[in-house]
Amino acid sequence: MSMSSTELQELARKCRVEIVKMVYRAQAGHPGGSLSEIDLIAALYANYLRVKPDSPDWEDRDRFILSKGHASPGMYAILAEMGFISKQDLESYRVLGGVCQGHVDMKWCPGVDFSAGSLGMGLSFGMGCAISGRLKNSERQIFVMLGDGEIQEGSIWEAAMAAKHHELGNLKVILDRNRIQNDDFCETQMRMFDIPAKWQAFGWSVKEINGHDMEEVVEGLDFLKNTNDNPAILIAHTVKGKGVSYMEDNPSFHGAAPNDEQFAIAMAELGEVVN
Amino acid sequence: MAATRDGYGQALLDLADNEKVVVLEADLGKSTKSLHFRKQYPERTISCGIGEQNMLLTAAGLASSGFIPFASTFAIFTERAFEQMRNGVARPNLAVHLCGSHGGTHTGTDGSSAQSIEDLAIFRTLPNVVVLHPCDDVSTRLLTMQLADLSQPSYTRTARNKTPVMYDGRESEIEIGKGVIIKQGTDVAIIACGVMVSESIKAAEQLISEGISATVIDMHTIKPLDEELIETMAKSCGAIVTAEDHNIIGGLGGAVAEYLSSNIPTPLERVGVKDRFGESGQADEMLDLMEISSPHIASAAIRAINRKK
Repeated sequence: MSMSSTELQELARKCRVEIVKMVYRAQAGHPGGSLSEIDLIAALYANYLRVKPDSPDWEDRDRFILSKGHASPGMYAILAEMGFISKQDLESYRVLGGVCQGHVDMKWCPGVDFSAGSLGMGLSFGMGCAISGRLKNSERQIFVMLGDGEIQEGSIWEAAMAAKHHELGNLKVILDRNRIQNDDFCETQMRMFDIPAKWQAFGWSVKEINGHDMEEVVEGLDFLKNTNDNPAILIAHTVKGKGVSYMEDNPSFHGAAPNDEQFAIAMAELGEVVN
Repeated sequence: MAATRDGYGQALLDLADNEKVVVLEADLGKSTKSLHFRKQYPERTISCGIGEQNMLLTAAGLASSGFIPFASTFAIFTERAFEQMRNGVARPNLAVHLCGSHGGTHTGTDGSSAQSIEDLAIFRTLPNVVVLHPCDDVSTRLLTMQLADLSQPSYTRTARNKTPVMYDGRESEIEIGKGVIIKQGTDVAIIACGVMVSESIKAAEQLISEGISATVIDMHTIKPLDEELIETMAKSCGAIVTAEDHNIIGGLGGAVAEYLSSNIPTPLERVGVKDRFGESGQADEMLDLMEISSPHIASAAIRAINRKK
């Protein structure tokens, strides 16, 4: 049963609430990139990924690789919604012994396929998963989420070249183009120029969408799911911190937690009643 | 005489019946000897071009999906992917087997850019990673085959140039994690790895004329270190020499020193590259220039013995 756009929007809203709560409780973490990616991830899990929450290691599952692993609250929120982990597990974010490590980790959290935390690695790992699927004649699809700052890493382009060389049509990238990285806006750190043209030049199929318009998100994910003769990338234009006014487009909330007053504002803006 | 890298190439062929075995190359398959596998099993060989970082993580993805990946390049270029090995392979404990050929100054005329003298040290610092440096083609083949049954990642250093065959007829003695007594003596134990094992045998022969009886051990597994054997040698010989074609910092000598100093303090002399880079030269010339050839090992043995109380 696939969810309607309205249902997906509500799912993403609930995830946003949990993202802000996780970071607020831990007084640390990365809300900005979690809020920018969440519409995409929520729709992907709800309507596209072939996974089994009660059997997270099912060999033939689709893979989702969050390469921008600092945006872990977004992934934990959807994993809890899907039933891979419990809502209570979300309280373990950044807590000693918790399944919700600071960066997503396959050794700690059910449903996580890749131990992230170092940028530029997930696409190569996804390539290995994609070759594995091909060698096993499996229909499994591999989805990798990259940040836009992340593609400044040279190893991303090693992988982009290699994925086309090996014609990995089962490898799909979602690029969270939120225009902000750790220190500042991407353009101040390393000018990006024409990102779609770069991927096209590497031989990839490319589509651009507004990553917060759920109908466009669905169209974009349809494009990825149905492009199986070529590696494909969905460039999703997003807003860092989307949904919380003072976080939106604000480099300060790449990796910072809200204080008490800010937390209350965020909950109100996200339509959450807090006792 | 044979090169350890040939033992690696042969092992891949011998492992090929296991369909989980896959091979990754970064444009140096002709050199590391994975090319023989590629020619017979192209569908299970993944060319990564000249891109070591991508190779390591592609291997990690394959390992996470149930395959047994063997990836190789020059020892020096494995270092470019060190952080991939650390974060993408060792941390999630994925059984990726990385082989660095052309290790050490013995690599010769290619010069210092190709002579890795720090690989054993850096990979030894990674939790979960097994580190091997075999001395001949027979042991390299057998150790590489044993890796396929290992549930953790590994780094194996092989050498470019030929060295004497030590294990013809002694194949059953080869086991990951177990040092091998190649020659038994009483006055000093020379613990060596790689190309330095045969140099140590020569040193032991030279020491006979000095009236010294030396044990020679092939410590092909740098990690996990065979501490039991080292303890036995410390007790029976009372003086230890380590010999490696590697920086004096952090390699086999470092590992043995760490063990001895904390457990059974024993006179130890470390023969290795003295924290400097190499240059172009023939393999044997390099061992002399680096002061690690057999006469230097023999001198170190005498120094160690003289330090016995």
